[in-house]
Amino acid sequence: MNTSAAAAELAVQARQAAQASDGYWKGVFKRLSRDKLTMFCAFVLLCMALAIIFAPWIAPHDPYQGSMIRRLRPIGTDGYPLGTDELGRDILTRLLHGGRLSWFMGILPVALAFVIGTTLGVIAGFLGGKINMLIMRMTDVFYAFPSVLLAIAISGALGAGILNAIIALTMVFIPPIIRVAESVTTGVRNLDFVDAARASGASAFTIVRVHVLGNVLGPIFIYATSLISVCMILASGLSFLGLGTRPPEPEWGLMLNTLRTAIYVQPWVAVLPGVCIFMTSICFNLVSDGLRTAMDVKG
Amino acid sequence: MFFYLIRRLIYAVPIALAVGFVCFMLVQIAPGDPINAIVPPDAPQEVVEQVRRDYGLDKPLPIQFGLWLLKVVQGDLGRSLATGRPVWSDLHSAIGNTLTLAFAASLIGFVLGCILGGLAGTFRGSILDRVAVTTAVAGVSVPHYWLGMVLVVIFSVQLNWLPAMGAGPGGSADWAWDWEHMQHLILPAVTLSVIPMGIVTRTVRGIVAEIMNQEFVVALRGKGLTSWNVFVHVVKNAAPNALAVIGLQLGYLMGGSILVETVFSWPGTGLLLNSAIFQRDLPVLQGTILVLAMFFVALNLFVDLVQTALDPRIKRS
Repeated sequence: MNTSAAAAELAVQARQAAQASDGYWKGVFKRLSRDKLTMFCAFVLLCMALAIIFAPWIAPHDPYQGSMIRRLRPIGTDGYPLGTDELGRDILTRLLHGGRLSWFMGILPVALAFVIGTTLGVIAGFLGGKINMLIMRMTDVFYAFPSVLLAIAISGALGAGILNAIIALTMVFIPPIIRVAESVTTGVRNLDFVDAARASGASAFTIVRVHVLGNVLGPIFIYATSLISVCMILASGLSFLGLGTRPPEPEWGLMLNTLRTAIYVQPWVAVLPGVCIFMTSICFNLVSDGLRTAMDVKG
Repeated sequence: MFFYLIRRLIYAVPIALAVGFVCFMLVQIAPGDPINAIVPPDAPQEVVEQVRRDYGLDKPLPIQFGLWLLKVVQGDLGRSLATGRPVWSDLHSAIGNTLTLAFAASLIGFVLGCILGGLAGTFRGSILDRVAVTTAVAGVSVPHYWLGMVLVVIFSVQLNWLPAMGAGPGGSADWAWDWEHMQHLILPAVTLSVIPMGIVTRTVRGIVAEIMNQEFVVALRGKGLTSWNVFVHVVKNAAPNALAVIGLQLGYLMGGSILVETVFSWPGTGLLLNSAIFQRDLPVLQGTILVLAMFFVALNLFVDLVQTALDPRIKRS
């Protein structure tokens, strides 16, 4: 068979796959729109995302400008609806601005780990043999550390800073994504249509791009979304320990840490940043669960 | 079983070595010369050179790793930069406190998780199921260091029922099994227990629901067994997996308790790590991480073996 015929056949296959997946996605959205809890959480996340994106325009005060005479005001103070922090800065403003870093540090490491982990996992699963051994044994080593400990170890050694925290968190999430990617790829690689593609002369790269990735990205993506909530808690945790973000930068974990001293003066103001972390994390978890059900991914 | 035991033990050796290597590399990836992790920054140049030779830091990396490993297996984890004391002397009292806390938290999490998960799995789709699932999601989503602060606000600041700090009266670091000390344990243990509670609930719910759907349960019912007797059979089938999950959670808690220990000033490995990070005391950081990770490796091994021994269906090849 000449290459153009093979290419034509692949194109046909790809179009058929695209049509099939069109119906699949319609089904997914139909199921999602019926799932009230997931839709509600997605709506909450959307509102939060808009609020933190437009924080500089909607926040009532300057996030860095404090005042010694209005420190630690209670919730409901005139002009400061959520009170002020230990340096007299408006809590609402800082929560809005702080969400930017908290979301960034919750999502970016997972996104990076998704790209790196999927690449390595698909390579391991598709090629098998010695390369599989090498990659999987290396992930075993990182599995020997509890995830929190690994994140703290790496960012503790590298020192404080947003970049170091992101490196540490990415390292933490690569091994689990590799495991998931490897196991789904191994499952797909032995299916008949991959053999058929190979028999019709498709190159390994084409097989991976057209036949494997289309089938494995969904489950890996679902798994990665379930990691966002963990990543957010871990990232805020690092800032809470003084790794990660540094003052005066507003970030929810760091705000919790600095407000900890105010717990006896304004306890309900001090716990507010945690409410934000909790809300975001639970919504991401529930949306991830909803997606998993709607896309019918097992495991 | 015997051969499986031997093979599993042999398999743990390269993992333990690799974990050691990662811990060794922690000091290497730290910015600056690794020598700064051993001598104080104000030491004279001759001393620095002397120490560099003594520690073999002028040798290639693999040899350095070998030398370091040799010291570690002899129990020498180096000296703290901040206090000058051997790392191990600070570490071993801290490990006891962390174990107490992690064990108490796992116990609470396991009992609550089994009850919630068992009920949810048995009465699937009921209100009870919904409550259990919601609690489980909340448990794994909550930033536990924040939960610790909230509990302190409620039970220490507002109600004044329980102490907020330390492991014993007067901030003592030594643990004893009496009410004075137990009071200090309650809040941190409850705080730390929400994560295993959530995970155990999810797992047990899944396992129980799956078992309830199997034919042998229908057969048992058809045979005329009371629901209590059926329940015993379900427990027998669910126990090995549930125990494996909680066993691993104990390990995660030992590593993950650092944030909760910071909130409650609990004198364990977490507080030690926290001050090591704060003072950039790399030997303490490295030693603590190494010991905790090794504990986790051993625990993994133990859980695997116990699970195999408990569940005759698992035949490892």
